[in-house]
Amino acid sequence: MTTFIWVAIIIIVLSIVGLVYRLVKGPTPSDRVVALDAIGVALICLVGLFSIIVDTSFFLDIILLLAILSFIGTIAFSKYIEKGDIITRDNSR
Amino acid sequence: MKTNDVIMQFTAKLVFFIIFFFAVHLFFAGHYTPGGGFVGGLVTASAIVLLIIAFDLKTVQTILPINYINMVAIGLILALGTAAFSMFTGKPFFTHYYDYFNLPILGKTSLHTAALFDLGVYLVVVGVTMTIIQTIGEDE
Repeated sequence: MTTFIWVAIIIIVLSIVGLVYRLVKGPTPSDRVVALDAIGVALICLVGLFSIIVDTSFFLDIILLLAILSFIGTIAFSKYIEKGDIITRDNSR
Repeated sequence: MKTNDVIMQFTAKLVFFIIFFFAVHLFFAGHYTPGGGFVGGLVTASAIVLLIIAFDLKTVQTILPINYINMVAIGLILALGTAAFSMFTGKPFFTHYYDYFNLPILGKTSLHTAALFDLGVYLVVVGVTMTIIQTIGEDE
């Protein structure tokens, strides 16, 4: 069982390396934003697997917290790409 | 160009309550599990930031009419008052009290005055974070 978990961790780390390549190389800002979002999802998987290895349930709050922060960060970046500013003062005018 | 972001606004309305109740859970779970006032305050502030990003500053100020600078003052008064209360009964500064109570719905619970101090920390963190974000966002 432990060998299986370590193999899964190695596969996820390799996928993070591929995403970092896309983050550095990506031609447009949208590629980099999608790569950052996917890196957040891969980090969620890593925290879950490590919480199995060290046999504790105290890391499960961190998974939800990482998902929330990744979601808000992706929305902020995409609003910046679309409208040019993140926080607008008055949307109706 | 007039853009239509109805999916983002509807998702923000739903996800705001999920994040806010998760923050309340983090705040009350801080005594026995990881969490506490600081993380709960930051998660609450990020929920309000999600509303500000999906809508705009004026709408959020209309639906949540909170003066965040007064919120910082109330939090500091609450933390200092909890710490200074034991000085008037002859105990040292920052002495906490706890006891077990039989509440109507929750049953036997232990109430601790450290929760009041943590509520002060929560209000200060939410107030400071939202003051910074609103001040930067209003800048043209």
